Amino acid sequence: MTPEDNIFILDREVDIAWCPGCGNFGIRNILMKALSEMGLQPHNTVIVSGIGQAAKMPHYIKVNGFHTLHGRAIPIATGLKISNPELTVIAEGGDGDMYSEGGNHLLHAIRRNADITVIIHDNKIYGLTKGQPSPTTFEGVKTKSQPWGVFEEPFNTIPLAISLNASFVARTYVGNMEESVNIIKAAIEHKGLSIVEILHPCVSYNKLNTYNWYHENTYYMQDHDYYSRKKAIEKAFEFMPIPLGIFYINRKKSYVDNAVAYKNDKKPLCKRTPDIGEIKKILKDMI
Amino acid sequence: MLDHELVDMDTYSILIAGAAGQGLKKLSLLLVKVLYSAGYNVFTVEEYMSRVRGGENHLFVVFSRDRVQSPRQKADIYVPLKAGISPEAYTHISGDTLIIGDADYILEYEGQGSKYIPIELNELSHKYGSVYKNTIIGGVICGYLGLNLKVANEQIESIFSKKGNDIVEKNRVAFAEGYEIGMRNRPDKTLLMSERKSIDASYIMSGTWAVALGALTGGVNIVSFYPMSPSTGVAEAIATYSSELGVVVEQAEDEIAAIDMAIGAWFGGARALVTTSGGGFALMGESISLSGMAEIPLVIHLGQRPGPATGLPTRTMQGDLLHSRYIGHGEFPRILLSPGNIEEACSLTAEAFNLADMYQVPVIILTDQYLLDSTYNVSAEVIDSIIESFKVNKKILRNNSTYKRYSLEYPVSPRSVPGYGDGVVMCNGNEHNEYGDVTEEVEVVKKMQDKRMAKLDIIKENAPVPYIVNGDAKYMLISWGSTYNVITEALKEFDNVGYMHFKWLYPFPDGVVKLLEGKNIIVAELNSTGQFSHLLKSETGITANHKILKYDGRPFYIEEMIEAIRGIVE
Repeated sequence: MTPEDNIFILDREVDIAWCPGCGNFGIRNILMKALSEMGLQPHNTVIVSGIGQAAKMPHYIKVNGFHTLHGRAIPIATGLKISNPELTVIAEGGDGDMYSEGGNHLLHAIRRNADITVIIHDNKIYGLTKGQPSPTTFEGVKTKSQPWGVFEEPFNTIPLAISLNASFVARTYVGNMEESVNIIKAAIEHKGLSIVEILHPCVSYNKLNTYNWYHENTYYMQDHDYYSRKKAIEKAFEFMPIPLGIFYINRKKSYVDNAVAYKNDKKPLCKRTPDIGEIKKILKDMI
Repeated sequence: MLDHELVDMDTYSILIAGAAGQGLKKLSLLLVKVLYSAGYNVFTVEEYMSRVRGGENHLFVVFSRDRVQSPRQKADIYVPLKAGISPEAYTHISGDTLIIGDADYILEYEGQGSKYIPIELNELSHKYGSVYKNTIIGGVICGYLGLNLKVANEQIESIFSKKGNDIVEKNRVAFAEGYEIGMRNRPDKTLLMSERKSIDASYIMSGTWAVALGALTGGVNIVSFYPMSPSTGVAEAIATYSSELGVVVEQAEDEIAAIDMAIGAWFGGARALVTTSGGGFALMGESISLSGMAEIPLVIHLGQRPGPATGLPTRTMQGDLLHSRYIGHGEFPRILLSPGNIEEACSLTAEAFNLADMYQVPVIILTDQYLLDSTYNVSAEVIDSIIESFKVNKKILRNNSTYKRYSLEYPVSPRSVPGYGDGVVMCNGNEHNEYGDVTEEVEVVKKMQDKRMAKLDIIKENAPVPYIVNGDAKYMLISWGSTYNVITEALKEFDNVGYMHFKWLYPFPDGVVKLLEGKNIIVAELNSTGQFSHLLKSETGITANHKILKYDGRPFYIEEMIEAIRGIVE
């Protein structure tokens, strides 16, 4: 699927830890294709990931990477972007990583609107810990830790993000490479926080939401006006079939555009050295 | 004391007690400015309650011709700003204390102090407005002490000038009225401060500002934090100048996000500071461990306050030493620093950034509410030289296509950052191989753990030996962190007690054992279990013979420190 000359293909040997047939392989191909078509370079691109099967991504693509802690990819990616706005920064993780352990970070990342792309691999189950329910597991699904069936309502990120006025909100399905590549490209190009939820199956632990299930129960929105928040919210609450595509775009200032430290000086913080003269001016207020 | 004569060479202590919102800080600022301008060294510290209005806060102002940098138990002048002050205030009043206050309020102190200056504050408030109460009281104190009115007027102008000439003038008149009252009650011999005397050029600086200045000097680019007393002031101080200095100050959604943003910033090659206190610090444990594993440098300022849990949110304690020593799951090296005073808060905070960079470890700077909320005039020469001589030493390598982030060639693998060179940088909180990819290979796992822990030995080799004076004495008093000034002042009373102070807490340098051989060891610290004694034992095998401990949320006062030492050595 990926052209052999894609510069994001890994050039060191790594034992890929995903199960055969895992949706993550598809996401990797989508991501490499999108990055390469955008003309990005591995040395200027960073994937910061949390913990889980999805979070292993930075090891399987030739990019800078930081495989961090469960739930913490977003604040770490945010700190990185603030320190060097010249980098393309992606925060990546699964549904448990981003919606459960890291749920609060996602909400506040929307408010902060740093120019990072948050990619959530949503397979509606915990894979790496072997089959517990995630915040997006459907009601009634029986798992090893909830053998009586999940009774909590699943997390619905799209309307939540739109209600918080997130600047870019999209959902796609791993089975459609072309649409997914375009959505990822638009998300990375968008200046501000972009949220892309990628639906994909877990071949080992999710017996409900399979490739077939997604084929039958999802569709890509046509002629949707994603600049309208009202229309975006309407579509966001649709369920069965599940709408896919870009729901909402709101071109507002990103974190770095708002930060006073970048108002008069665009030089990345990581390249700045202290200005002794300015520091000594503070002392004048202490006499 | 005060009632009989005021001698220029003595040290005087003023205690102001009042409710939050009554303007204690403004009054103390006025006194500090006037006293300093009149040629006195000044020290203030605030002890306050965790509330916005009401309650009871204590503000100490100590001044002397000599250097003075620690609080007194006994107040020479006591100023209650409200009725019904708590019994704690009585621990600061002696038979020598002069009590100044509203005629109604100070009735309750009958038989307590030496002398009273009752002021008809209600009456005067009608005349000037109640917001001028503190200015009147400031006037009474300055009049009593015989401070130069012209000097005082200059300082009133500098404090209130932003509010306009009218406000300046009203304050001057109110101050002058108070000054008259003070003068009428003045003893025959006064401080005789008719002429301005000069002391070394100084900055009037708090511990909070010293940490902030240290961070700026150390090249901080990003400060991320979640508000928590007493640590918040550092972020606010830097925020005040963030535009001029080009520093991002970000209030995160919680302490976990705060420390993770800092880790992200260091990963990108910037320098970041996290400022927090005990409970927030506890939340950061997992990320401190990530810093250890991924070898991402990190600087954390931990402003200690009493725990457990919410404890005494606005008071002081040295209660998180062992917490800092062990925080974070797994085994990894770290550095613990703790400044002894305001000057060191500046120099050591700056140094923390270079240390983090040099060894790629988390560096934790332990201060406490007492140090952060203390203010005194620090030598301008000392601070200028700290700021001017500091060299930001960033150890970042340009990478290429063969770059290995965790090269096993050296214990401290050369660090590169994304975008600096045409290779890629892979960092990892999982155990990893030299590239940074996840591994469970038995040999690599052991080599990586050994590589990280080998840094501890290098750090140890380069750790400075503790400050030591009177090293031949039979007794050796040991302390760490913010108690340095009070103990130094207390030890002037003893010639048979040596002093060893640790600003570098962990890892211990070799050589401490030798310095302590055959000594009768006293460890003084503000906690209930003797945490430093535990650390001393675990690092050197040496057991302290005596402990001086205090854990009521208040700092050591000089009198009680002298008494405690005397109880052991005499």
